[in-house]
Amino acid sequence: MSEFTLVGAINAALRYAMAHDPRVVVFGEDVGPLGGVFRATDGLYQAFGAQRVINMPLAEALIAGVAVGLAAQGMRPVAEIQFMGFIYPAIDQLINHAARMRIRTRGRLSCPMVLRAPYGGGVHAPEHHSESMEAMFAHIPGLRVVVPSSPRRAYGLLLAAIEDPDPVVFLEPKRLYRAAKEVFEDDGAPLPLDRCEVVRSGTDVSLITWGAMMRETQQAADTLAAEGITAEVIDVATLKPLDAATIQGSLEKTGRAVIVHEAPLTAGFGAEIVATIAGGALYSLRAPVLRVTGFDTVMPLPRLETHYMPSVHRIVEAARTTVCSE
Amino acid sequence: MSRVTGFAIEHTAILDADGRLLQPLPAWCADPAALVELYRWMVLTRTFDTTAIALHRTGRLGTYASSRGQEAIAIGVGHAMHPDDVLLPSFREHGAQLLRGVLPEELLLYWGGDERGSNYSAPACRQDFPVSITVGGHASHATGVALAFKLRGEARAAVCLFGDGATSKGDVYEAMNFAGVQQLPVVFVVSNNAWALSTPRAEQSAGMTIAQKAIAAGFTGEQVDGNDVIAVRTRVGEAIDRARSGNGPHFLECLTYRMSDHTTVDDASRYRNPEEVEPWEARDPLSRLRAYLVGNGAWDEARDDTLRASCAATIDTAVQAYLDTPPQPPETLFDFLFEAPPQALREQRRTMLDAVKAAQARAEASGNV
Ligand SMILES: [Mg+2]
Repeated sequence: MSEFTLVGAINAALRYAMAHDPRVVVFGEDVGPLGGVFRATDGLYQAFGAQRVINMPLAEALIAGVAVGLAAQGMRPVAEIQFMGFIYPAIDQLINHAARMRIRTRGRLSCPMVLRAPYGGGVHAPEHHSESMEAMFAHIPGLRVVVPSSPRRAYGLLLAAIEDPDPVVFLEPKRLYRAAKEVFEDDGAPLPLDRCEVVRSGTDVSLITWGAMMRETQQAADTLAAEGITAEVIDVATLKPLDAATIQGSLEKTGRAVIVHEAPLTAGFGAEIVATIAGGALYSLRAPVLRVTGFDTVMPLPRLETHYMPSVHRIVEAARTTVCSE
Repeated sequence: MSRVTGFAIEHTAILDADGRLLQPLPAWCADPAALVELYRWMVLTRTFDTTAIALHRTGRLGTYASSRGQEAIAIGVGHAMHPDDVLLPSFREHGAQLLRGVLPEELLLYWGGDERGSNYSAPACRQDFPVSITVGGHASHATGVALAFKLRGEARAAVCLFGDGATSKGDVYEAMNFAGVQQLPVVFVVSNNAWALSTPRAEQSAGMTIAQKAIAAGFTGEQVDGNDVIAVRTRVGEAIDRARSGNGPHFLECLTYRMSDHTTVDDASRYRNPEEVEPWEARDPLSRLRAYLVGNGAWDEARDDTLRASCAATIDTAVQAYLDTPPQPPETLFDFLFEAPPQALREQRRTMLDAVKAAQARAEASGNV
């Protein structure tokens, strides 16, 4: 057993995959001797060499496209985009090529690639470094979208993403990279890519979130518990495919839901979860479903970002509203 | 000031527009049989092209991009490739695909709107990429494929074809740049056919040649007469062999001309002066090679008639196979998205099939089957 931060768990998963599967190649901007700007690839270059840990030219569309070419040749590319704000040139490759390679060739070629990127605010980063655009990826047919929220989940989900025979976008909550440690076995065990996890059991309200907002959501659950409101906390983790059954099952128990995400409100992934609840658990509802999210404005520069981010207070208020609305 | 660097771009032409040799034949085609083979493939490609356009005009094929006048590039490239190389074509290189073993009925299926047309059945093209409709989007795939070869220590090359318009795209330059950095076994071949839909070459780039873009990426680039299949085959063959033996990338600019509309739904008369097209008729890649072969006694009118009849028969058979192909079951629009479809997708598949059944039932009830 070892102790891992979230970024340490990602590093361990990459290291495990590279050690056990010669097809795994890691590449991106500054992932080599530096180990990536967040050190997610720390030591990999030294361990596996420049052939398998490749510093790429500064070109995100290229990075994604190289992954498509490698994957079509049966390799297991794991590409890193340095920050989510820089991922947009790669989206053309994801939509037009990665996500459709298997279907457009009727299974002749496929695209078992992973595109990793840190996302989200709260680390006082410069402009374009703090966005949360996971919903855009969830809208693309043919992709899996994974957002871990803890070291153990990050480890198992990344290993599963690398093993998966189809393209996976793996978004890492950089605010949580070093926020907490967890002890687990570095045994290469993958986690399922289609399961939400109930991380805290409760009966009064379901707090549904993923990635970085897990921390504020757990704190909100603590605050609510002190008031006698027991909240169930769900880590969605695999946005696509979405585990509707776990979410609907929770709603059957609590009858109330608050969905929390850092991304903007309109057409955010929370809307998909609201629709999932409405479609499958409407008659269990005892209160309107509420969303606590970032606002429909541009992610501000660091001095204003705390005003943008969903706070513990806003989550608690929303949960109270659902409980008191009867 | 001191001079830091400089470059020159060489141009190769071997067979002129009248079928006269401008220089001695290279060793690979010392036997005229090799040239007859190239000629056969070009005639087959043109037959396919003419037939595809006719099918479109009669409502039996979707939008189609003609390769008329550009056959020498596709055939020169396809002929130079080794079976274990990987082709990454754009959408006007039917000849290279045919030569690699893609069946004409597969090409027709693709252009007729059926995904099975990209599931190439011949062993030599199982790893070839499907047609790239996004312009230049496949250039980085070629570097990824070449990187896989390099990492596995395989003596193979990725061959990526695109048009002059693609060279304006960052995708192409990013891929070339990476190929240079990693010295990847990839050959980029641009069919500079003077037009990108309605935009002339001069509006794509102020560079005197497209080939010189390779210099910026740190490897060699050159021009050939793209209507001279001997020149194309010679130069691309050398580039592929260098790439396969670990000597890095190369960029070949083939000068040609798009004799057709951009596609069957384009009307080039809206933007192109017919006077510009006319001289290119005299530079046709097929007629110049035929003239050379006839002049050398390696070909004659009787053999030409036989060849044309045999190509027509081959393509007619393919057309029949295409038209006789049963439709795909509707559920296949789900079945190949993931290796293992997620639950939600399985439910959507059921929804669609229920709708299909309901529509059939309604049709039967109304006697309208
Ligand atoms: Mg063109």
